[in-house]
Parts: sequence; C-alpha cells; structure tokens
Amino acid sequence: MPGLMNRASTIVKAKFSKMLDKAEDPGETLDYSYEKQLESLQNVKRGIADVVTAKKRLQMQTAQLEQSVVKLDSQARQALGAGREDLARSALERKSAVQQQLQGLDVQIQQLEAQQEKLVESQKQLQAKIESFRTEKEVIKAQYSAAEAQVRIGEAATGLGEQMADTGLAIQRAKDKTTQMQARAAAVDELVATGALDDLTDDQTDLDKQLAQISSQSQVDTELAAMKAELGTGAPRPGELPAGGDGQKEEQAS
Amino acid sequence: MIVRVMGEGQFQIADDLRARLNEIDELAEKAVERGDEDDLHVRLAELARMVIEQGERLPDAHLAPSDLIVPPSDLSLEEARDLFTGEGLIPDLPVPG
Repeated sequence: MPGLMNRASTIVKAKFSKMLDKAEDPGETLDYSYEKQLESLQNVKRGIADVVTAKKRLQMQTAQLEQSVVKLDSQARQALGAGREDLARSALERKSAVQQQLQGLDVQIQQLEAQQEKLVESQKQLQAKIESFRTEKEVIKAQYSAAEAQVRIGEAATGLGEQMADTGLAIQRAKDKTTQMQARAAAVDELVATGALDDLTDDQTDLDKQLAQISSQSQVDTELAAMKAELGTGAPRPGELPAGGDGQKEEQAS
Repeated sequence: MIVRVMGEGQFQIADDLRARLNEIDELAEKAVERGDEDDLHVRLAELARMVIEQGERLPDAHLAPSDLIVPPSDLSLEEARDLFTGEGLIPDLPVPG
C-alpha cells in the first residue's frame, strides 16, 4: 500500500535520480547545476514578489468594497428615514452582495499570505542547503578517495535535491494560486466596471440620485411650510394652509 | 528516521511513530479514493502536526535525505491524484546541459 507519504518520497527520489542520470559524478552535476540552483532561488524571489502583488491588489479591492458597505448602509438609513423602504431594501441587498464578495476576498488574502510565508521559508531552507552542500563537498573531496568521495557527495546531493523538489513545488503552487487570484481580482474589477455591483465606488448611483431627490424635496417642503407659516401669521388669507410636509399649494389657487 | 513535511522542513522522529503515521496516511489515501477533500486536508494536517510536535526539527543546512515526505496540508484532490500517477505535482529538477 503506497500511502501519500511514500508516494511523495518515491517521486522526489525519482526526479532526483533522473537529474543525476545525466551525469556520472553527482558532485560535478551539482556543481554544474549550481547556476540552475541560483536560478531557482531567483524564481522563488520572483514567486514571492508575484504573491505580494496579487495580495496588494486584493487588499485594495477589499478597501474599496468596505467603503461601499459603509456607504450603502448609511444610504439605507437615509432612505428609511425618508419613508422609502423600497430604496432602503435595495441598498441593503447591494450591501449584502458586497459583503459576500468581501468574505471571499478575505479567505483568498489569507491563502496568499500562507503561500508567501511558505515561499519565504522554503527559500531560506534552500539557500542554507545549497551553501552547506558547497562546503561539505569540498571537505569530502579533501578527506576521501575519489571513489568514496563520490558516494558521500551523492548522499549529500540527495538531501539537496529533495529540498529543490520541495521548493519547486512551493513555487509552482504559489504560481497557480497567484494566477487564480489575478483572475478573481480581474473578475471583481469587471463586476464593478460593468455595474453588476452597481457602480459601488461611483458617487452618482441611482440610489444616490433618488436619495438626493428625496432630501431636496423634503427641504423644499420644509421651506414651503416655513414660508406658509410666516405668511399665515403676517397676513391672514382665505382658506387655511397645510401645516407642511406634502405641500400641495395648487389646490388653493382660485 | 527523518521525515520531511513539505514547506516546513525536515524532522527527526522516533522510529516507532512510523506505524501511527502510516495509519493516518492510509486514511488520507481513502479520503482521496472517496473524493473527500476536507477529510484529506484533516488527515494531512494531522500527519504534519504529529511530525512537527513529536519530532525534532533538523537545521536547514542539514543535507540528509528523508525517509518519508508528508505532502502539503492543503493538497487538492487533483494534486493528490497527480501524486499517485507520478505526474504533474512535483516539478522536474533542473537538468544540466
């Protein structure tokens, strides 16, 4: 029964012997591929930078969406205060849609964070092993006969090869994750752009306009009422004026 | 015995821990067969935790190869299947030439 642990171990060893098969002397192979190892370290660094960039983008989107939540919430209150339950409902519905997006983003930012930590750790380990291999190889060469040195260097090289495989997997997974995140970030951008999330960051949404209308209307009403009251006390007229609110002055025209 | 927890490093563990690790590993394998990704994650995390808690972390510069390798805890089902077919999951090492 080859479990997952044994499979992983077997595959890593197989990958490594595939690499060693290309040369007779593992010490020389590793020497020769030292450049490659440094390249793979560069790859880790690039991988880390990509993860950080993707994370920043999602964090920016999070900040945008959080503002939208606050705004939609206050709009709902404003609408309800003006007696427009329909508008309040629509604001709250949008708020809930945005909150769902936010939750998804949150999980993904955490995942990227974890990938980043793994890569940094992996890089540290690989660097330490490359360094250690270089010095150990020289020590072994100085202390043992050529044939024996080759065996011992081969053993040390296996340990390094395993780390290279581990780091290689970490880079590959981080790349996959980063690509996924970029796609997701682009999807959120697009949602915002096409208005599926209804111009959340745009100041002139439908909701805004309607709320502005309500508030200007109620201001007009208040002023009208105030004026009517003034006129009412200053010069009494036939027919009583309404106290305010839904001022329908036309009724009194004749 | 030396066990590598992928992404975490290498650990020296007591040989008698192996039987317990194999039991959990078997459950992980069954989770893959059932297509139960959540359970797979639980089992892999359990393996990693056991090794990390009961083992002794080897220094980064240590060059010995591992006897067992615990795959990453968040391994997807697809990745686990790649592991069984021997393709895809672990990238090839750089070949000189």
